[in-house]
Amino acid sequence: MIRFIVSRLIGMVLVLIVVSLVTFLIFQAVPLLAKSSPVYYYIGKAPATPELLKTLTHRFGFDQPLPAQYWSYLAGFFGKSITDGTSAPVQCDFPCFGYSFRRNELVSTLIVQALPVTISLCIGAAILWLVGGLLVGTLSGLKPGSFTDRAGMTGALAAVSLPIFFTGPVLLLVFVYTLGWLPDNGGYVDITVNPAQWFLSLLLPWVCLAFLFAALYARLTRSNVLETMGEDYIRTARAKGLDRRTIVVKHGLRAALTPIVTIFGIDIGSLIGTTIITEQVFNLRGLGTLSIQAISSLDLPVMLGVTVVAAFALVVANFIVDLLYAVIDPRVTV
Amino acid sequence: MTDTSLADAPGTTTAQRPFLVVDDLRVHFPTDDGLVKSVDGLSFELRRGEILGIVGESGSGKSVTAQAILGLHKGSKAQVSGRILLDEQDLVPLSENDMRGVRGDEVSMIFQDPLSSLHPFYSIGNQISEAYLVHNKVGKKAAKQRTIEMLQKVGIPNAAGRYDDYPHQFSGGMRQRAMIAMALICQPKLLIADEPTTALDVTVQAQILELIKELRDELNSAVIIITHDLGVVAETCDQVVVMYGGQCVEKGTVDELFDRPEMPYTWGLLGSMPRMDRVRQERLTPIPGSPPSLINVPKGCVFNPRCRFSDRVEGRRCFTEHPDLLETTGSTDPRVRHQVRCHIPPAERQEILLTEIRPTL
Repeated sequence: MIRFIVSRLIGMVLVLIVVSLVTFLIFQAVPLLAKSSPVYYYIGKAPATPELLKTLTHRFGFDQPLPAQYWSYLAGFFGKSITDGTSAPVQCDFPCFGYSFRRNELVSTLIVQALPVTISLCIGAAILWLVGGLLVGTLSGLKPGSFTDRAGMTGALAAVSLPIFFTGPVLLLVFVYTLGWLPDNGGYVDITVNPAQWFLSLLLPWVCLAFLFAALYARLTRSNVLETMGEDYIRTARAKGLDRRTIVVKHGLRAALTPIVTIFGIDIGSLIGTTIITEQVFNLRGLGTLSIQAISSLDLPVMLGVTVVAAFALVVANFIVDLLYAVIDPRVTV
Repeated sequence: MTDTSLADAPGTTTAQRPFLVVDDLRVHFPTDDGLVKSVDGLSFELRRGEILGIVGESGSGKSVTAQAILGLHKGSKAQVSGRILLDEQDLVPLSENDMRGVRGDEVSMIFQDPLSSLHPFYSIGNQISEAYLVHNKVGKKAAKQRTIEMLQKVGIPNAAGRYDDYPHQFSGGMRQRAMIAMALICQPKLLIADEPTTALDVTVQAQILELIKELRDELNSAVIIITHDLGVVAETCDQVVVMYGGQCVEKGTVDELFDRPEMPYTWGLLGSMPRMDRVRQERLTPIPGSPPSLINVPKGCVFNPRCRFSDRVEGRRCFTEHPDLLETTGSTDPRVRHQVRCHIPPAERQEILLTEIRPTL
């Protein structure tokens, strides 16, 4: 087990190094190839004079060879001092994603502000879609062709086909602006401030985001349950004289839901990317909104930071899933 | 074999009275293409301590029969009719709930492929003791004790140490032993083994059959062995039912059936069986053609499209009239019941057997 964990941790670090290399190449090397300068994207505007451009290019190290730049980019994660030459230098501690000159803020500060929103959104939505998707999928899979099955799968098809930028405004219109059941508080309220408000402010975003995933999970669960219930070991379980509940829950679902753990790990890891639209629709200032703003204002340090954080989330989620899988399936040796 | 079962338990009624009576069993599956008549009017009887072999090709209805006895078709679309009397109780009308008490307790089953029939996520010990716990009001500890005992009995070395092993950690033969332990843990009065040795190599096959026989002797259970391997039947069974197209085409004691088979299909089966005790022939003789569609069952005798002898019956009766399962006149012992479903007149059947079939076997 310990060997497994250590080897997976080493693998994680390797993946992160690859991610950092790719982001470095895209964001710092590509502008050079395009005969432009990363400086524009670093400070978010064109320097006033060619001399200033030259000074800044030197100060940020863009005049050094690419490997040396990559090295200082990597080393920068562990902390560095940043200055634009006019104001006092800013100390950036590990994990350092650099400094946004557009916003005059450390990128890590921006991320730390945005992260609770995105995490709240992701976890709540994940719980909703897991419960909903697995429930509908299991009920459908146990009685294929029944009314429940047809209704569930039709609903799933509809949910998959409806984009968040459609369902989101519709839900807002109905529940906030027409029925007035939910407060129009204009965005996220932190859980530490007011848990009830936090819950209400996220309810619609959760439902919206969960809807999409729940539909996929319902279909996946249905086919897994359907397949598993036809397995020989289910027949064995019946032949032993077990009751229906034990057969379905202990023997059926245990096997049917195992592959879903894998998918879930990947989905929850990549969710940060998926939340962009939801955050936009519901005016939540999470990582999605942060990256949209960074892209539209060419704020390179923020883009880099969000990318690395998203990659990290994905890698960690996969690591946890691998661990879980080894616990669930005895055939997987660790 | 009837002699021995009478001799085994003189005076006791259970030995003489059939323990299992299957009477005109029909299992039909409605499908989009039509009604699949997997089992169509099957009848047989079985006493405790006896082993009955059901033989036939794939799709002849053997496994469907076994699953019907266990009530595994309940809750599916299958239409089951007829009677299955287990110790004089009819199992066909029982609800799924009532049937659950019978399954695994009075009747249990060994399946063909032990790897896919065991749950990959639970340990062997867990799965076997589960079968015991569901029918006995005992604690987990007692169930574990009993499971280890059973594992020892079926010949698994270091049974206590292997209790927590998973199916994938067992070899094929060991897995089948574990399946047998699971099937026998509640001491069933009827054991159904559905092709118990098909997935196993020959040496293990022999051990497994030996084990089933030993346990039959110990528990005095009735046993049904479903197989397409006539070698297995010859080695273990007392009675044989030959199935074809969902029907019984010939049945009788094992000696009678191997010595004086009378149905052309049985001849074909015997002709396609490799024999170690005879001089090797050039080639085995396969039965031409393939099993019938169970939706459009041939008119007349089910076997007529593949039968070499249908032209020996007057007036094309093989193609127009469904033959009845009738007693043969060949046997001298009145206790040996040998029934055949064939239009060829009995005298001629014996003639064909002697002159045309026997020399080629």
